[in-house]
Amino acid sequence: MSPVSRGFHRRHQDPAETVGRVPPGQYLTKDFPVLSAGPTPRTALDRWSFSVGRVGRQKTWNWAEFRALPSQDVTVDIHCVTKWSKLDTSWQGVSVDTLLDLAGHDGPFAMAHCDGGYTTNVPVADLTSGKAWVAYAYDGQPLEPEHGGPARLLVPHLYFWKSAKWVRSLELRDTNDPGFWENYGYHIYGDPWREQRYAGD
Amino acid sequence: MAGTALRRRLTWQVAKVSAVTAETASVRTITLDVPDWPGHQAGQHLDIRLTDEDGYVAERSYSIASAPGELVAITVERLDDGEVSPYLTDELRAGDDLELRGPIGGYFIWEPEDGGPLLLLAGGSGVVPLRSIVRHRERSGSTVPVRLLYSSRTLDDVIYRAELDQPARGVEVIHALTRHQPPGWTGYARRVDAALLAEVAWPAAEMPVAYVCGPTSFVETVSQALVQSGYPPQRVKTERFGATGGT
Repeated sequence: MSPVSRGFHRRHQDPAETVGRVPPGQYLTKDFPVLSAGPTPRTALDRWSFSVGRVGRQKTWNWAEFRALPSQDVTVDIHCVTKWSKLDTSWQGVSVDTLLDLAGHDGPFAMAHCDGGYTTNVPVADLTSGKAWVAYAYDGQPLEPEHGGPARLLVPHLYFWKSAKWVRSLELRDTNDPGFWENYGYHIYGDPWREQRYAGD
Repeated sequence: MAGTALRRRLTWQVAKVSAVTAETASVRTITLDVPDWPGHQAGQHLDIRLTDEDGYVAERSYSIASAPGELVAITVERLDDGEVSPYLTDELRAGDDLELRGPIGGYFIWEPEDGGPLLLLAGGSGVVPLRSIVRHRERSGSTVPVRLLYSSRTLDDVIYRAELDQPARGVEVIHALTRHQPPGWTGYARRVDAALLAEVAWPAAEMPVAYVCGPTSFVETVSQALVQSGYPPQRVKTERFGATGGT
């Protein structure tokens, strides 16, 4: 039980329609904050590719091929571990179901690899059944580099560090190895509704 | 970008506010007595949690302003439409309890063995974790050369001004004032951009390590310019605030 903070009063009431949509410890923002550990990579589209599968047995698409895959428009709520949540964000991208159908489901865990060296781990079960996308448009516009363009992973039911920017491959594995932030003490799974921010939460 | 494992469980604990110090009109440093603090590294942050009488809870992250081995301190800028920062800057006082957990973050950190030269680039209250690094360098006896380029709107907005006016040997502090400059100002009077960095930044050939902290536009501009001038992206560490440490 947390002690009451002397003199602290709630200042903002979230609108009624948002009730039940903001996980514990989060607050709503209308901005789209940017967080990343290093400079924004800028990969030219003619050098961009996306791969899915085991090391050495990956299915790879170039940009034109990837854009020709069936895409979906999704509107989802997103939750960053740094405490902001943003509701009703609109994306366009390829469902990870589609990618795994084409590449072959081959392992229970995925490691996302990104330009700039970032990695993050997600169980394949959390990427399938309509739960995750590789998104290349936001709000009807090509995804800007600082928000992860050309394409980022979108796994909205987990904290947003799992939605890796500048994603270039999903490597399938037998083991749930920690990625970049997971190695620095962030939670291995990252469910915002259970407030799994850090290891041990 | 491999990291060292840091898997200790972070539990909430109640710290006691030992002092609240004005840095500028809108910025306060809050020094904390944390009974069970495991120690921190320069550049890390912590989470604070406020609870009102109805049980409403607000959490935010703040960079740690003090060096390892010093009392834990955070430096908070008041955002007028915020919910947490006005409480911390205007209401909180010595003797109050403050619930927190930490330290958090293992990438935007500096230890003496990481070497340098160090290029520290701060926009506004982005100076906070960089100040922890500067103090850690001095306390640890490191002689790594440091250049701190600090962009503020006006001289009155400069945080830690007295401390930065008396830098340790080997530390150069270079100010840029973007909005208003006092009469006789000899520092930079414009925004930090590639041309300004070309005058201030260590040449890439000296294998510097850069730490960039500030609002997103500042971090994007600065980190992009450093990479274009030959800094390897792995040696440009960034941290942004806004919604993160912000409100």
